[in-house]
Amino acid sequence: MNYVLPTVEWPTVMPVLIVVVTGILAVFIEMLWPKRNNNVIVGLGLVGLGLAGSSVLKQFGAPDGVTFGDMVVRDQVGLVMQLLLVGICFVAFLFSEGYLREKQIPFAEFYPLALWATAGGMLMVTTTNTLELFLGLEVLSIALYCLAGMSRQESKSEESALKYFLLGAFASAVFLMGIAYLFGATGSLDLNAITSVWPATTPMHHTLILFGVGMTLAGLGFKAALVPFHQWTPDVYQGAPTNVTGFMAAASKVAAFGALLRVLMAAAPLQEFWFPAMFWICILTMTVGNLAAVVQKDVKRILGYSSIANAGYILVAVLSHVKSPDKVGLGSTFYYLLAYSMMTLGAFAVVSLSAKGGKEGTRLQDIHGLWSRAPFAVVCLVVFVASLIGIPPSAGFVGKLFIFNDALAAGLTPLAIVLAVNSVISVYYYLGILQAAFVSEEGAVRNQSAKPGIGLNIAVLVCAFGVFWASFNATWVQKTATGTSVSQAQTVSTTTSPDRMGPSNPE
Amino acid sequence: MVNDVPLSWFLGLGMIMFCIGTIGVVVRRNPVVVFMCIELMLNAVNLTFLVFARYGIAPGQTLEQATNTAMGGQMAVIFVMAVAAAEVAVGLGIIMAIFRLKNEADVDDMSVLRG
Repeated sequence: MNYVLPTVEWPTVMPVLIVVVTGILAVFIEMLWPKRNNNVIVGLGLVGLGLAGSSVLKQFGAPDGVTFGDMVVRDQVGLVMQLLLVGICFVAFLFSEGYLREKQIPFAEFYPLALWATAGGMLMVTTTNTLELFLGLEVLSIALYCLAGMSRQESKSEESALKYFLLGAFASAVFLMGIAYLFGATGSLDLNAITSVWPATTPMHHTLILFGVGMTLAGLGFKAALVPFHQWTPDVYQGAPTNVTGFMAAASKVAAFGALLRVLMAAAPLQEFWFPAMFWICILTMTVGNLAAVVQKDVKRILGYSSIANAGYILVAVLSHVKSPDKVGLGSTFYYLLAYSMMTLGAFAVVSLSAKGGKEGTRLQDIHGLWSRAPFAVVCLVVFVASLIGIPPSAGFVGKLFIFNDALAAGLTPLAIVLAVNSVISVYYYLGILQAAFVSEEGAVRNQSAKPGIGLNIAVLVCAFGVFWASFNATWVQKTATGTSVSQAQTVSTTTSPDRMGPSNPE
Repeated sequence: MVNDVPLSWFLGLGMIMFCIGTIGVVVRRNPVVVFMCIELMLNAVNLTFLVFARYGIAPGQTLEQATNTAMGGQMAVIFVMAVAAAEVAVGLGIIMAIFRLKNEADVDDMSVLRG
């Protein structure tokens, strides 16, 4: 066999490379000048993320294709999700430094780990190769296990890290079993092989593929916090340091949904088997997330359950697209992921103000009096909560409206109704957060919260501005995200039969 | 010849290992043991990958494609082992950190977070 190395389109993999190298440089800075202040590392991280973001943006409008011997895919899903991940990491960096200092865990290791987690997520969303999907998932997860346990003096942080780690490793094993069976039945590590092999095979292969798809979806469902696999979410969100929680809530959700989307689209030919299951998972995710949030007393826990409910809303959009790809585009999935990332990250940024002098309380009564100490942050919190509830004109409202329309267009009326009902339920607990923030200081248990630093103010301003901007430019955002020139049907067909970018050689 | 043993036996053994691991994760209380059970599940996955690579039951493949398939499965095993090693490093680190805080490590005592 004369093996020729496949040619590589470097611009396609450049965003991931930039993020990884930035992380490595950040580690070196910490090694050379240990225990200094982290401003240099934060600055370097922001510059690196900016570069990575711009190199993603440059590829918008470029034709879809694969490179790196079919390992890396360039398409709208990958580009949009990469951009979202980079943006999430950027905002998380902005408010992290102040929080970490107040919490007295100013480990510079947060920054490289968060960068690598971002890189792992970016790998996950730009591939159809199951093995690379798994590696991206693990790079993301292992970095997040460390980050969750970053506050080493706090037993709740360590406890959340252990819970996340054990359940995450368990879910990885389940996911791996799924891809092993898919590999066996299709003879390829590529997801698209499911689509090509499914019609022409025997019942035995069908059983193997179905088992594989089921296990794969279960593993990814864990990452995306869908309901039968959600139990870790509130505990981990509550115990992890708040900046980590914000980053995790947004980044891991975007990456998981990117991967879930690819698996579901590849498994579209067999959707008569898995669709009913996903349909009920979707209903359960929305309902259980919201109902459980109502009785919570801890802000981070409430937001954790809210992120489960939001995963359900995004799943409605994904399912509508997979059910009728020619009628429903991916625009609302992208749009809602953007809106969700901004409002969740913003809300966690404001909650991170409740840390002071190494202590942190995140119960509802602990954020009493926030209004008098950090009025600007609380105004932004109002924006985020309004958006999470879905009050117009906010990105949350527009996003839910899009998803509602998609579900109706795809003939998934029950999901649309459940979504509407759940939006109403969610008003109660979201308003609870706001109410607590506006209570004046009437002898609350521990009335101390940090003064918001400049980084935090910028972060919440960016998020709050983004929420409004996205709602007023909704059509533009959707069009840009889905690629104006490419119609939906084309997007789907190119992911199943991609053109090669370079002359990669199979011989 | 290895092919005298039917494929289903290997898959069955893999499934049994996987199920033992799953049961262990659910019933055992010591985080180190739970983690060992997860490793058992990963080994089951490795066995499955290797068996599929050896037997190559995918339909309609030329000899060359089948060879590539086999190599793909064997590579997957290497990656799974590498990732498992990375997980061990992080996992034992977390268990150590908990042990320092509490002088014990039992998942039933992990109950600060609830609600």
